[in-house]
Amino acid sequence: MIAYILRRLVLGIPTIIGTLLLLFVIFYQISDPDQMARSAQGEKATPESILNWKQKRGYSIEESELKILAEEALGKEANEKELLAWKLKNGDMPSYYNTRKEGLQKLTETTFYTFTRKMVTFDFGLSDYDSEAIWVKLRNGVIPSLFITAPIFFCGLFLSVFLSMLVAMFRGTYIDKIVVFGCITGMSIVYFLYIIGLQFVMAKTLKWFPISGWSDNHMVYFLILPWIIGTLATVWESIRFYRTIMIQEINSDYIRTARAKGLGDLPILYKHLLRNAMIPILTRVIMALPYLVTGSLLLESFFGIPGLGRMTVEAINFNDLPTLSAVAYLSSIIFILANIVSDISYTFVDPRVRLK
Amino acid sequence: MNYTLTTLAAKAAENGISADSFWDYKASNILTPAVTLLLVWGALTMYRNTFWGPRLKMAFKSLTARFGLLLAAIFFVIAFMDSISWISESSKEEQAKYSVALSKPRTLLDRSFSLFTGVPEYKFKEKASSAPMAKTEFRESDIIDPETGEKKRMKAGLTYTHIMGTNSGGIDTCYAVLKGVRPAVLIGTLPLLITLPIALIFGVCAGYFGGKFDDLVVFIYTTLSSIPSLLLLIAIVYSMGKDMTAVCVALGVTSWVGLCRLVRGETMKLRELEYIQAAKCLGVPIYKTILRHILPNLTHIILITCILTFTALVLSESILAYLGIGLAGSWGSMIANAKSEIAQDPVIWWNLVFSSCALFMLVLSVNIVGDALRDALDPKHSGE
Repeated sequence: MIAYILRRLVLGIPTIIGTLLLLFVIFYQISDPDQMARSAQGEKATPESILNWKQKRGYSIEESELKILAEEALGKEANEKELLAWKLKNGDMPSYYNTRKEGLQKLTETTFYTFTRKMVTFDFGLSDYDSEAIWVKLRNGVIPSLFITAPIFFCGLFLSVFLSMLVAMFRGTYIDKIVVFGCITGMSIVYFLYIIGLQFVMAKTLKWFPISGWSDNHMVYFLILPWIIGTLATVWESIRFYRTIMIQEINSDYIRTARAKGLGDLPILYKHLLRNAMIPILTRVIMALPYLVTGSLLLESFFGIPGLGRMTVEAINFNDLPTLSAVAYLSSIIFILANIVSDISYTFVDPRVRLK
Repeated sequence: MNYTLTTLAAKAAENGISADSFWDYKASNILTPAVTLLLVWGALTMYRNTFWGPRLKMAFKSLTARFGLLLAAIFFVIAFMDSISWISESSKEEQAKYSVALSKPRTLLDRSFSLFTGVPEYKFKEKASSAPMAKTEFRESDIIDPETGEKKRMKAGLTYTHIMGTNSGGIDTCYAVLKGVRPAVLIGTLPLLITLPIALIFGVCAGYFGGKFDDLVVFIYTTLSSIPSLLLLIAIVYSMGKDMTAVCVALGVTSWVGLCRLVRGETMKLRELEYIQAAKCLGVPIYKTILRHILPNLTHIILITCILTFTALVLSESILAYLGIGLAGSWGSMIANAKSEIAQDPVIWWNLVFSSCALFMLVLSVNIVGDALRDALDPKHSGE
């Protein structure tokens, strides 16, 4: 068992390296540092400040070295302006391989190495947008995110498992058909419409809940409406998913045997059916856990909840790559861990499963 | 301010990505009928097939499934009509005299719409948003025949009723909703062109050959799927420059993993079956075994996944539109724009309601078709 876990963890390392490479290519290779510097500084950006910004964040070679290089290339008599233009144009740090250096420094004096070292040591640095430490932002965002997503998820899980067992009991009848059609209808409605529509009806017209806002002391007051909306919007898909599983299980021999023994419906449902349907349910629950941490993009930005989802939207809007890559990196690590945990948990639910 | 088609396009370009930059109207005129013919041919072949034919008939036996099929067909016909466009030759000399709009290619949908209502579609303009059932009266000189460029002779003032009202730019909502069909269908189908080849080639080869290649494919898709898909999507769109190609590539790259996983698993099962083993023993080349014995057995998985991916893509476009990277004129961007309108007083509800209704009906109809097919073709899901 422990050997298995260790091996899975070791096998997770290439995946993490692959993820890092992918993130690096997407975030730092395709987007242009000059452009990023300009959008970070806005109107008041000057060539000096852009160079300064690039050097501070490791996109450009350090000033002391760059000065020598520029003077070598242009000669002593070049004026300040020409030097600056040359520095901006040719001063970018190489991405993967530095030909100007010797030995190991060929690999370490590159943007990819700096990026990887930062990520692996979880030193995310400062945000480009508000120059706040990314770790602090992440820590402040996780709790509101969990408060909004976890109740939605577990409420939806309870509802959908319960309803799908009922539907499996009545399979083939009109109840089943109505529920399935209802699920398809509910799934076809855009998440937006749930949010905008229910916010309009319940908060604006009926004034049952506040429209949006956040206060650490009165969380529940602001969270009830997002909970209702989130559950309503996501429950349909899982009812249909669990119905399929329940129907596969309810047709098996052990259910027929239990029925032949004269067992009642309720004991059959949650003693026999539920326990045997546990593997797919568990997989789904554990695979959903990473998404609970990252929060809900739409709900948080519509209800003004300062969670990770809203932080991500802000980072997208302001081209804040360090924050985005930190969020993506952390959530991929959690995702890989969840994958391993879900495999291990099978042994607890189903004694027939042996890990090798 | 005079709102013509050009200002409509400019307005749309402000709100999102223009679909025209991706498909020039001439390319669209050729490609759309070709793709439609291909799809119809595929459907007919499958229907005539002795194995799939009866199953398809069974799938569409129920009234709901037929209703879904009909509704989906209507949407696809509208999208088809909106993809065929041409510039009226006779109007070219007159265009400078009357309106810039006349020099624009007008689609079959525009033409039939103006034929149906009696008013050219670029004349449905108001100064600001107006409620449903608002009437516009046209003066005699307002109406220009789009074909000849002549002013039409009208006896009495012609009135046009905005059944669904107009949006804040003064554009008829009914027209905007109809124009939104094409972006929705495009965003649902174009990423599939990337998804299908990648998923099939990787999935079938990984499942059939196993070994090193299998490990590689599994590594690629675990890496891809361990980054949250929305983040990956946004990252790709942002780094490729926000145009329609970028959106389609991003959606295609993020949506192939599910199908690839399914195909790989199924191929691994099929590989061990007797008839595949027999083909191997008889010396049938590998590509023939895959084409004749494995792919036909994956048909139902591919078909169902494609249909369900279509709805997922259309719905996820609305989230992209909210983040500012949706397609111009799509229902998603209409809904995203309507977000601020709903907070106004008096409430402007019609843009939100009608665009999301249209989106709902498209997704619902395709979902119904997909569900009916899944029940009939996939033995695991038959609820008996």
